[in-house]
Amino acid sequence: MIDTPVLERVLAEALRNGGEFAEVFAEDRSNSSAMLDDGRVEELSSGRERGAGIRVVTGDTTGFAHTADLSERGLLRAAEAASAVARSGGGTRAVDVGRLAGSAEPVSRGDRRPPATGAKSDALELLQRADEAARDSGDAVSQVQAGFGTSRRRVLIANSDGLLAGDEQARTRFTVSCVALGDTGMQTGYETAARTLGFELFEEVSVEELARTAAAQALAKLSARPAPSGELPVVLAGGSGGILFHEACGHGLEADHIVKDASVYTGKVGQLVASPLVTLVDDGTVGSEWGTFGVDDEGRPAQRNVLIENGVLTDYLWDYLRARKEGRVSSGNGRRQSYRDLPMVRMTNTFLLPGEDDAEEIVAQTPRGVYVAKLGGGQVNTTTGDFVFGMTMAYLIEDGKITEPLRDANLIGNGPEILKRIDAVGTDFSMTPGTCGKDGQSVSVGCGQATMRLTGVTIGGTAE
Amino acid sequence: MSTATEETTSGTEDLVGLAERVAGWAAPGEDVEVYVARGTETEVRAYDGEVESLTSATSAGIGIRVVVDHRLGFAWAGSLDESVLGEALEEARDNARFATADEHVQLAAPDGVEAVPVELWDSGLAGVATAAKVELALALEAMARGSDPRIRQVDSADYGDVSAEAALVSTTGIRSSTRKTSGYLSVGVIAGEGDGSQTGGGYSVGRGFDGLDPEQACQDAVTRAVRLLGATKGPSGRSTVVFDRRMATTLLSIVSSALSGEAVAKGRSFFAGRIGELIGHPGLTLVDDPTDPRAYGAAAYDAEGLACRRNVLVDSGVLRGFLYDTVSGSRAGVASTGSAVRGGYAGTPGPGCRALTLAPGPEGYDEDGVLAAVGEGLFVQSMTGVHSGVNPVSGDFSVGAEGLMIRDGKLAEPVREITVASTLQRMLLSLVAVGADVEWLPSIAAGQTVAIGDMQISGI
Repeated sequence: MIDTPVLERVLAEALRNGGEFAEVFAEDRSNSSAMLDDGRVEELSSGRERGAGIRVVTGDTTGFAHTADLSERGLLRAAEAASAVARSGGGTRAVDVGRLAGSAEPVSRGDRRPPATGAKSDALELLQRADEAARDSGDAVSQVQAGFGTSRRRVLIANSDGLLAGDEQARTRFTVSCVALGDTGMQTGYETAARTLGFELFEEVSVEELARTAAAQALAKLSARPAPSGELPVVLAGGSGGILFHEACGHGLEADHIVKDASVYTGKVGQLVASPLVTLVDDGTVGSEWGTFGVDDEGRPAQRNVLIENGVLTDYLWDYLRARKEGRVSSGNGRRQSYRDLPMVRMTNTFLLPGEDDAEEIVAQTPRGVYVAKLGGGQVNTTTGDFVFGMTMAYLIEDGKITEPLRDANLIGNGPEILKRIDAVGTDFSMTPGTCGKDGQSVSVGCGQATMRLTGVTIGGTAE
Repeated sequence: MSTATEETTSGTEDLVGLAERVAGWAAPGEDVEVYVARGTETEVRAYDGEVESLTSATSAGIGIRVVVDHRLGFAWAGSLDESVLGEALEEARDNARFATADEHVQLAAPDGVEAVPVELWDSGLAGVATAAKVELALALEAMARGSDPRIRQVDSADYGDVSAEAALVSTTGIRSSTRKTSGYLSVGVIAGEGDGSQTGGGYSVGRGFDGLDPEQACQDAVTRAVRLLGATKGPSGRSTVVFDRRMATTLLSIVSSALSGEAVAKGRSFFAGRIGELIGHPGLTLVDDPTDPRAYGAAAYDAEGLACRRNVLVDSGVLRGFLYDTVSGSRAGVASTGSAVRGGYAGTPGPGCRALTLAPGPEGYDEDGVLAAVGEGLFVQSMTGVHSGVNPVSGDFSVGAEGLMIRDGKLAEPVREITVASTLQRMLLSLVAVGADVEWLPSIAAGQTVAIGDMQISGI
């Protein structure tokens, strides 16, 4: 994307007036998407953007500027701007820019099957197949929306510590959402498949199956009763239940919250923070999961980080700058939405390692509670640890059996308390994709766990 | 200074010229709409007496819609370089080939409605030195730190401003341009007492640098954090819930998605087929009026270049209308209500609110007045999980909440880790009070204290 000598000159310019760290992050991204709604292919969209973000660190101040002009002139201008803003915020201490080492060649393979010339019609055929499968699931299915999106993102990172790295990430996503109409009104079902892959995602995923699952949720909920209100035992099915860990502790383990003492987990390394059944891992290297990449957006290779081992907090998640300040290395968790954004500490694929219990037995040994087949998202306040997560497909458990479906509701809890209430973890591990938002930036993440039980969680339904 | 009058806004002539030139490349038999935008932004984050980060940036992009034989294609590019313009048009044209032909698919055409000029540009902003912005962010942070002994951390203190210009030109006769500036201060604090910590956020917004009020932002954040100290998990039960002004904007934004003509046409709104029916309490009147210059979302033109206008959606509890853009209007057999919105050059237009407001309650009905009228209940000052626990299609509503109990018409002990639930349909019918304390917050809806009866609280 940019020649190494140009990068060296741009970094030198960025530090010409002082500063102890400078970085060039360049990105070239193309997106294409197609949407089928109401039985029609309504919109095909393509987009392309490329640019670079340059940051200069002086003392505790980061100056940041970005440009869509990747010529040497454009980059030098952005470097000058970043240097000027860093200066206007802090002191000056010059360092020499070393020679760049490493390779800008992509670490990841990217897309193994580049979109063929027929890619658009291939995508449309998938959308139509999904629409048909969803509508065939039942007469009550009144509306279907199916979406396909794929992106290719080439990144290059060079910094004044001499780092040079590159990556190419292909991501593809397919979603189906259904509305079912019955005597009690409308209900919705939603299913998504998303991987760090190109079009070969569809060698692994059946769009018909996704569509049928989404339709089945909407249909099942037509006869749903209001969710309970109050505290009950909850069994979370494998996969989307991983959102619990993303919210209950993942965000609270991000070093930016830790260094500002804005997390309930500050100062707790080495302490028992969860049930001994909990071993939590964040791993950006897992197969083609949605949160997987070759190098992070600061040039650090993705790696496997154990955060909680048998209930004991072992470490936090780190980005380059915060780790640099602490005299340690980044854990490969510096990510950004685009070249227009500063990187932050972010999760990748965060999951609970499987346990030894049988999933069916966990349900059978729950006399009364709620079985959550699918979670739809969540939110946390890292300072207090209070978090919510929403169930989009759930059932009552009565006498150890899964019975009636429940309407959508949020569950609420406090991270450190909930982590101690895990009393069973199954063997049936699976992962689910999600989009994580933080401080206005969205990145793709994976969540995962096996079927597990919480001894008590507050369920925010309307039934008294 | 300039005003948005007639068709274009001064200062954006070059953007209009560029859009006209690209639209001029339309081939015979195709309609082309070109949207070009550019913006500059500054963001300063202060932390612990220093500038943590300072961002200064400009960006620009283009979004092109092509309609051929009632088929729509779209493409965008994050640059206005000559090299990408033709490529984007070509790509949009190619995308159109694959869409389903649909008689309703068309670009907007002038409808004769004249735009109401609104002044959204603060010409003074461009002249404000970066040093002054830095100083304001540092002052905000220092003020928040020193405002109350219980404030133990200021985890964010930001100054930000944006100048945005856009032009829209189509082969169907649309030619419009807009420009607006905005500035904000935002602060997040952590209050601590004993082992307990609570957070609060506050902000001040305006059209530019002048008038931003750090004291207001601080006071808002500090009050919210400090009054939650000692909060415990509240009890479960039925209760009247008072939503503060900021939370009420969130409620209105959720309701607005069911008022979209597109959601109605596609059977995703519980309001579908209910025009003329009583859908809410007789005290509920909902109007979307982007021509009100006080509204944060005020605009002269919508995202298809038609004049924005006042639309009455609910009148005294009776559903009166929906918001339409050109395509969803055509589907419903009506004209666009000038309600197209789009998320920048990379998005396509769709119908949505810009300035939704509830008809205010009796004069003097501010937060205290509403609390006094309610007597006993729960006051909610923050909600979480709106995206995960509110289903705007089914109407199911369940959110995490923090706030204070209301006893004898006054705020009492703080509560946290509870949920508040009902259905949107029932909430509209159970409106107990609407404040007259209209505040235009940075949202598509106004802030007004709102009380809703018979909600289920889940806690202990």
